[in-house]
Amino acid sequence: MSHITVENLVKTFQIAQRQPGVWGALRGVMHRNYRQITALDGISFAIEPGELIGYIGPNGAGKSTTVKVLSGILVPDTGRCEILGRVPWKERIAHVAHIGVVFGQRTQLWWDLPVIESFDLLRDIYRVDHHQYAQTRDEMIAILDLESLLDIPVRQLSLGQRMRCDLAAALIHRPSILFLDEPTIGLDVVSKLAVRDFIKRLNQERDVTVILTTHDLDDIEALCTRVMVIGQGQILSDGPLENLRARVTTERRLIVDLEGTEDITDPDAHVVLRDGHRVHLTFDPDRIATADLIARITAQHPVRDLFVENTPIEEIISRLYAENR
Amino acid sequence: MPKIANHTSSPAIKSYIAVFSARFRTLLQYRAAAFAGFGTQFFWGLIRVMIFEAFYRSTTAPQPMTADEVITYIWLGQAFLVLIPYQGADPDIRAMVRSGNIVYELVRPTNLYFFWYSRAIAQRTAPGVFRALPMFIMAGLFFNMQMPPNIPTACAWLVSMLFAVLISAAITNLLNISLLWTISGEGLGLLLSSLTWLFSGIIIPLLFFPDWAQATLNILPFRYILDIPFRFYLGHIPPEEIWYHLPFQITYLIALITAGHLILTRGIRRLVAQGG
Repeated sequence: MSHITVENLVKTFQIAQRQPGVWGALRGVMHRNYRQITALDGISFAIEPGELIGYIGPNGAGKSTTVKVLSGILVPDTGRCEILGRVPWKERIAHVAHIGVVFGQRTQLWWDLPVIESFDLLRDIYRVDHHQYAQTRDEMIAILDLESLLDIPVRQLSLGQRMRCDLAAALIHRPSILFLDEPTIGLDVVSKLAVRDFIKRLNQERDVTVILTTHDLDDIEALCTRVMVIGQGQILSDGPLENLRARVTTERRLIVDLEGTEDITDPDAHVVLRDGHRVHLTFDPDRIATADLIARITAQHPVRDLFVENTPIEEIISRLYAENR
Repeated sequence: MPKIANHTSSPAIKSYIAVFSARFRTLLQYRAAAFAGFGTQFFWGLIRVMIFEAFYRSTTAPQPMTADEVITYIWLGQAFLVLIPYQGADPDIRAMVRSGNIVYELVRPTNLYFFWYSRAIAQRTAPGVFRALPMFIMAGLFFNMQMPPNIPTACAWLVSMLFAVLISAAITNLLNISLLWTISGEGLGLLLSSLTWLFSGIIIPLLFFPDWAQATLNILPFRYILDIPFRFYLGHIPPEEIWYHLPFQITYLIALITAGHLILTRGIRRLVAQGG
């Protein structure tokens, strides 16, 4: 049985529209225009235990809405959703005891309390057994390197420190499913790597199912075995990262640093970018083998350096979005 | 770490007690506010006492309470001022609604109404700790505040005070819930706290309201926050009448909690409509 089953979820929001200006505000008192926004337009997927899933899409595509429905905060208009055998919004209290949620732009820690007191409070709120709590807490402190932060009130933490504490807080009750909504947003490179590393360990060593929404495609490339792309409330693509690449394009990139600044012309590749000595070429590996192309170019031009890249994932995603516009 | 979440069987009440006690401790930290509050309420009490003394000296008509009773009533009001939700809703909940952090309140394995209600009880009690006791000492020693005349009276007072706290916290929680309606809700919330202010007896004892107002005052729940407990304290209402008033207090409490529950359920649905 799947961990998470979602079938045909639909969620629309009513947004009150205000007219600009004083006259508009006055009219708004008497009569409001509502605009319907379809945040989720029939979403279906199934997730097995232990998967680490990247959930990506442009702003407003419905990522956060999905996470909120799955965590029992929002009630969808229609559709079915079952997580660990429960319908989140119908059995909210039982459901949330088994999931952990991190919203990257918010904190669940008590602003004025030292970090450790927030953890203690969460232990009581989730009614975690004291022995088990001590064990989980110490593990989290060790893995996320929180020792020096424990006595600091949350408001004095940097964003990266706070995010590490928030991750620990979401796991105090040992959830088997973890929803991470943009956990790396606004973090510096070091903190990002620490967070990524932690998510990976959590998933691999402890078998926690992770659903990760992000705008940072490096997160996806570093972590996820499966990627779901959402756009305008619909799932555009679902599968391994490689499939996503293949679906949109098989194209590869060859980047050549020449000795000179001459043009490269080749029947099977075309130049997409020139930057001084550096030339970016794209080619289709089905039409010409990478080795052959390199051989041909190095034969014709004095080359200082060259390397082959997959199409950057950003580009793949933006093409996918464009296709579905 | 086992991979399946460990579900514990301890009762839900533990969660609420934890939230109450965390909030209570946080509120106790505001010592400067407590001293300032005590000072303000003490001098305000002096002024009110003087006004009533002047009133009693200038009137010959029979009054519903004796001058001594009124003085004690006033000091009780100053001591237990925090029972009135005069500052409106819980500032933390206000901040949560504004920032959207309220989503985290919804992923707790607790009933949100009682989660907030526990905080409201702390808010209606903790600030009183450093105010009520000094007020009893100061007013009792120097300003003619009486103690309850006998043990049954004191007991009746304590019981009705307990429910006064619970009723007041339920009203506070309505103010908290009203925040979910942002602008219009805050207006209604302000109105509710003004009504509590006026009709609980903190401005003048309710018996001094004109006769035509008494019937209305008796229907409203607000008198059970200050007026009725204080009159038990004075012995103005005989202690055995607790059996008459207690059912009313309990009924109001249940009604306020039920209403809060219903409104909160609707508010959550609405709030969510703004999210996304």
